[in-house]
Amino acid sequence: MRKTVHKWFWVWDFDEEEKWLNEMAAKGLALVGVGWCRYEFEDCLPGEYAVCLEFFENRCNTVENTKYIEFLEETGIEHVGKLLRWHYFRKKTQEKNFRLYSDNVSRVKHLTMIIRFIAVLTGVNLYMGIYDIFVYFMFHNSILLLGVVNLLCGTLCGYGIVRLIQKRKRLETEQQIFE
Amino acid sequence: MGNSALTEAVYYILLSLVEPMHGYGIMQNVEQLSGGRVKLAAGTLYGAINTLLEKGWIVALPENNILKEKGSRKKEYLITDRGKEMLRCEIQRLRELLENGNRILEQ
Repeated sequence: MRKTVHKWFWVWDFDEEEKWLNEMAAKGLALVGVGWCRYEFEDCLPGEYAVCLEFFENRCNTVENTKYIEFLEETGIEHVGKLLRWHYFRKKTQEKNFRLYSDNVSRVKHLTMIIRFIAVLTGVNLYMGIYDIFVYFMFHNSILLLGVVNLLCGTLCGYGIVRLIQKRKRLETEQQIFE
Repeated sequence: MGNSALTEAVYYILLSLVEPMHGYGIMQNVEQLSGGRVKLAAGTLYGAINTLLEKGWIVALPENNILKEKGSRKKEYLITDRGKEMLRCEIQRLRELLENGNRILEQ
């Protein structure tokens, strides 16, 4: 039976999102589709599937993305769906820890891509926020609320970047000792 | 570059490709060779294969050599002479590590 769940995760909390999707799979609900704050599940045997998320460098369906997904599918991984640059994968496995990267170098590279993406969001929101507020107070020709919302979004994204940078730093420290 | 250590993943991928093998075959072979200790994730393997192809340490076999089991067209790869040379250098480096470790700890 199909079940739809609406849930919100911050973009920097993708680990939490992945953990939750795996908990659902452990309960017997396998991910079959994703949308904006929307997750679709189908019944499966408890623990039959494990789920993993990956942020892609390219947004569009490039040849490189297609080749990569085909390669993953050859290894028994299913591509469930995508949301912007986030791709959702699942695999029939007994292992609880299904990952697409088994080395720290790739994990650090993956985190750096996400940090860059959020940095652009932060920059755009802060710029628009400051611009709107400036125009409002100088020329009374702007919507103050919009500027405040942009400023808040920018600050929130900035907080997300700090969290991800801390996480990347932990991985980099580990990398100095272990491969 | 000759003195640089290969990553465990690259070492085992090169070792696996002494025989033609496709991606999933490499993952299974590496796990078996290492007694279940090294589990290569598919994303890591994909990145490593592309880098090794660029460096010319492995080659992708032409499609007519690929086993078409049940209509699947999985790409197979094979180590090159350059790749074998890199493996030999790595084995020599590992031997040095091992000999030094044993010698110093046994003193």
